Amino acid sequence: MNILIIGANSAIANAVARRYAARHCSLFLVARNEKRLQTQRQDLEVRGAKRVGIHVLNVLEHDKHAEAIKAGHAFFDGADIDIALISHGSLPDQDAAEADFELAKREIDVNGLSVISLLSHLIPPFKAQGRGILAVVTSVAGDRGRQPNFIYGAAKSLVSTYLQGLRGKLLPHGIHVVDIRPGLVDSPMTAQFEKGALWSTPELVAAPIEKAIDGKRHTVYVPGYWRIIMGIVCSIPEVVFKRLKL
Amino acid sequence: MLLTGWGRYPTVTSQVTAPGNVDALTKQLPAYPSGTCLIPRGAGRSYGDSALAEQVVSSRFLDNFIALDADNLRISCGAGVTLAEVLRLCVPQGLFPPVLPGTKHISMGGAIAADIHGKNHHVDGTFCDHVESISLALASGELVHCSRSENSELFHATCGGMGLTGVIVEARLKLAKVSSVSINTESIAAANLKESLTLLNEHNEKKYVVAWVDCLARGAALGRGIIHCGDHSDAGELRHRESSSIGVPFTTPGLLLNRVTMATFNNLYFNRHSWAKGARQQYYDKFFFPLDSIRNWNRLYGSRGFLQYQFVLPDESAESGLTEILGAVSSAGKGSFLAVLKRFGAANENLLSFPRAGLTLTLDFKFEPSLLSLLDELDAMVLAHGGRLYLAKDARMSEAVFKQSYPNWEAFKAIKDRVDPDGLFASMQSNRLGLSGADMGSSTA
Repeated sequence: MNILIIGANSAIANAVARRYAARHCSLFLVARNEKRLQTQRQDLEVRGAKRVGIHVLNVLEHDKHAEAIKAGHAFFDGADIDIALISHGSLPDQDAAEADFELAKREIDVNGLSVISLLSHLIPPFKAQGRGILAVVTSVAGDRGRQPNFIYGAAKSLVSTYLQGLRGKLLPHGIHVVDIRPGLVDSPMTAQFEKGALWSTPELVAAPIEKAIDGKRHTVYVPGYWRIIMGIVCSIPEVVFKRLKL
Repeated sequence: MLLTGWGRYPTVTSQVTAPGNVDALTKQLPAYPSGTCLIPRGAGRSYGDSALAEQVVSSRFLDNFIALDADNLRISCGAGVTLAEVLRLCVPQGLFPPVLPGTKHISMGGAIAADIHGKNHHVDGTFCDHVESISLALASGELVHCSRSENSELFHATCGGMGLTGVIVEARLKLAKVSSVSINTESIAAANLKESLTLLNEHNEKKYVVAWVDCLARGAALGRGIIHCGDHSDAGELRHRESSSIGVPFTTPGLLLNRVTMATFNNLYFNRHSWAKGARQQYYDKFFFPLDSIRNWNRLYGSRGFLQYQFVLPDESAESGLTEILGAVSSAGKGSFLAVLKRFGAANENLLSFPRAGLTLTLDFKFEPSLLSLLDELDAMVLAHGGRLYLAKDARMSEAVFKQSYPNWEAFKAIKDRVDPDGLFASMQSNRLGLSGADMGSSTA
């Protein structure tokens, strides 16, 4: 199986890539940091990946997106890409981004617009091959605008809404679209946080993500209990919700 | 955040960072202001306070494999890789870690820092005896490659050095070859301590030997136990099986582990193995890691946690020392749920490594304030018999006891001071034992 991963260095993508490596898939990794990509390539090769290719890309440079996707096709020797996983993102400082539009714009670009740009470059080759799975890591933060992270949430819901429409549009072409919404997942960035019972690890969410992709699910919450939590969060009447700082 | 060791005693408020790669770590280390106490932490499976400090740097995300050379039996990986991951990768290829402790959920870095041992120490030595080289991040941010031929002093200080010389970031480990996932095991009942010791001696040529001891048995039955022996089977397959486990979802009231429940458990365990003795085959996971089948078993000891107490006594004084110590534990009524007796082979060159020729006994005790004075009494007995305690389990040993029983501590300190002149690397334990700077952090027990 040929798998292209954008934002491959992210803790979640890394954990998912390891699962596919153990299944002897070929992987093409796209991320910002070349040295980390090399470390990751070694790791995935040891874990059983058939072949691993790497490509350096800063997702904010939209004009380089086409080249990255092309490099992926070249790596797979023109063979079909079975799965494209987009999982890059950044968690902005909400207060700073509220106060500084340039920062807000940048965060919406990283978490939202750049994903749309990458998808627009992936769709034509996927249509041409007439099959494949587009999987995108969004967030439970996109389900409802909450005070602590609504800029991040807005960017993520932009992607989720886009994916909802895209899913139908690509149906006749045999292409499947998966929206993966993780809850709180431990990563190098969250090491300092006090971890309550709701926190999960990249390893724990990687298994259901793999299952959701393979099983062609539409929208999947990982871990699964986040569907219930967000169901409750979304059902709180606005007159109450606007007073909540959760 | 609040942090504890596996024993859940003591608790300390720590700032935890988990660098995503080695570059981030080496950038981070020189940036700490002087006076900072920082300790590396792997999977958090040391029992006491050896991985607790006001600043903790976790190797959690340094968990990448670097190379697996099946022909030359070598594996290189980041310090955060757990033995569970190594096993998952290696076992299907007929490769096996040469030394395994009682849990697979420990990190490579932690295994080296504590120079852990397994049931085969009398044959194969410690974990570090099979470590070919390590890469160590010093306080200055410099990366140093250490082996027996390169920076060998630092290598022997870091192996078993409890993370006090720097952060181990990568390691290269020699592997053993196996042809099956099965272990041929044999269990033999021993009616008392003398018989347990005799059986341990008689089975010294077996690769894996460990004895479970009933600490609550008194009088003539003092030290009764079951000796478990094992060796790799030649027959069978090399398929990895995901082992199932059940969790302890919350901390149970410590009352559940009391004298009555423990005595009942011990009787059941003893009788089950006395009846079901003889040879059989076991999946390796069940043989090496019986406790891994209960995740968070440390919660069973209640909210105040527990202390493990592991000591080694030289052969000549082992029998008298063990009789005295087991007698003291038994008459204090402080039953130990787990009591494990093993034979060690000769010590290695690592300055702070625990194992030395003799017998080692591991006990665990639910924490209660009255326990500390009993353990101080046991310390005196261990010292009187020429023994010492395992740093990876300790949470309360005194500086005097440590320095008396680890004669290489000064040589260790000299090397530590050379590579860490500002004393950045320090744990609650190292401060208590006089291996690092002044008192630190607020500890709430």
